[in-house]
Amino acid sequence: MTEIRDYPALRRPDRFTQEGLGWVPWAPPVPEDALTDVQRHALVEASRSASPYFRLLARDPEALRARTLTDLDIFGNEDGGLPRWERELAAAASSRTTGCVFCASVHARAASRLSGRTDDVQRLLDEGVGVRVDERFDAIVDASAALAATPAAFDAEHVERLRAAGLDDAAIVDAIAGAAFFNWANRLMLSLGEPEVVG
Amino acid sequence: MSHDDVIDHLAEIEPGSALDRIRRARPDAREHAQQSFLALLEPAEPGQLTLAERYAVAAYVAVLHDADEDRSRSAAFYLELLADEADAALVAAVRDAADAGRAHGPYGDYREPALAGEAVAGPEARIDAPVVPERLRAALEHAHLLVLHPRDARAETLRALVDAGWGADAIVSLSQLVAFLAFQLRLVHGLRAVAAAPASAASRSDADLEGAVA
Repeated sequence: MTEIRDYPALRRPDRFTQEGLGWVPWAPPVPEDALTDVQRHALVEASRSASPYFRLLARDPEALRARTLTDLDIFGNEDGGLPRWERELAAAASSRTTGCVFCASVHARAASRLSGRTDDVQRLLDEGVGVRVDERFDAIVDASAALAATPAAFDAEHVERLRAAGLDDAAIVDAIAGAAFFNWANRLMLSLGEPEVVG
Repeated sequence: MSHDDVIDHLAEIEPGSALDRIRRARPDAREHAQQSFLALLEPAEPGQLTLAERYAVAAYVAVLHDADEDRSRSAAFYLELLADEADAALVAAVRDAADAGRAHGPYGDYREPALAGEAVAGPEARIDAPVVPERLRAALEHAHLLVLHPRDARAETLRALVDAGWGADAIVSLSQLVAFLAFQLRLVHGLRAVAAAPASAASRSDADLEGAVA
């Protein structure tokens, strides 16, 4: 019978943060020395074998590998489209809406690092998706939050507003894909374990 | 399954269209969104989570994402996939359970003390249709939580799946299936919204655009 683990003494974050967080699994990851070749291949990057999150997802290696390659292209492909920091902003806004403190920390930090706008990004975490920064920032946050709703509230008005803020359709699709992807990631990180304060 | 790309099929993106070209500028994302569909809905080795159970979960999740009982193209698609694998009574029970479970998400309580004031109340699903086997009921109840109030997940949530007979590998596959669909259904929804806001709007004058969004 699968052992589901609790962490009574865990140092938990108390709010959204851009600080680096750890993550502990409730269900058992594959032990590092027990990873099969197929599971290692599914990690895509060998360094990910240190992560209990990825070793837990390695229980379904085909799904993990496809998920990872989708992720890397949505956020890393620099052939046109939306500047990378704004894809990270979409990911952070989606995570802020759904309530994934771990995902928001990683992608708020990435948005800050790529843009230098640490204070604006922090306001998103502190004030939530109702924050007003500037029209383009707000249009991306509002579109991401609308897409994170169930049922999705994203509509043609969001598209028009993103266009008016200077996004072409390739950039708009990047924003949609970035926000949509975090509806995937948020649900895994929120439901298979929890964040911890490290350092 | 005859569709080369399920997202294009659901979003009704025609080969050579503007959205087709935009999607193909992210070739790995396009390819591996499809590979994710195949890994989770048509796996070579389904393991403990059977194909029929995967289709039941997918149909439930897709219907739960709809705004009302008018079926989206995505919900109709996943209901058809289920109908190919399951008898009509189970299809109806899954569909009715999703219609009964509909709510506005995301809601739920935060684990983080400083966020307690942002808690939003919402329903928990209890699925009691006799035609739905107990193990599948637990999977659908978990899917409801993941779709609508994932921040309510706790270690006990996974313990309920273990108690219903699910092993760790199947718990990961079930979680991936629901979470992937939360992505796929939103990407389809977003692409359809872009298609419905004609690109010709982008060539209108700035004054017209400002009028359109005022």
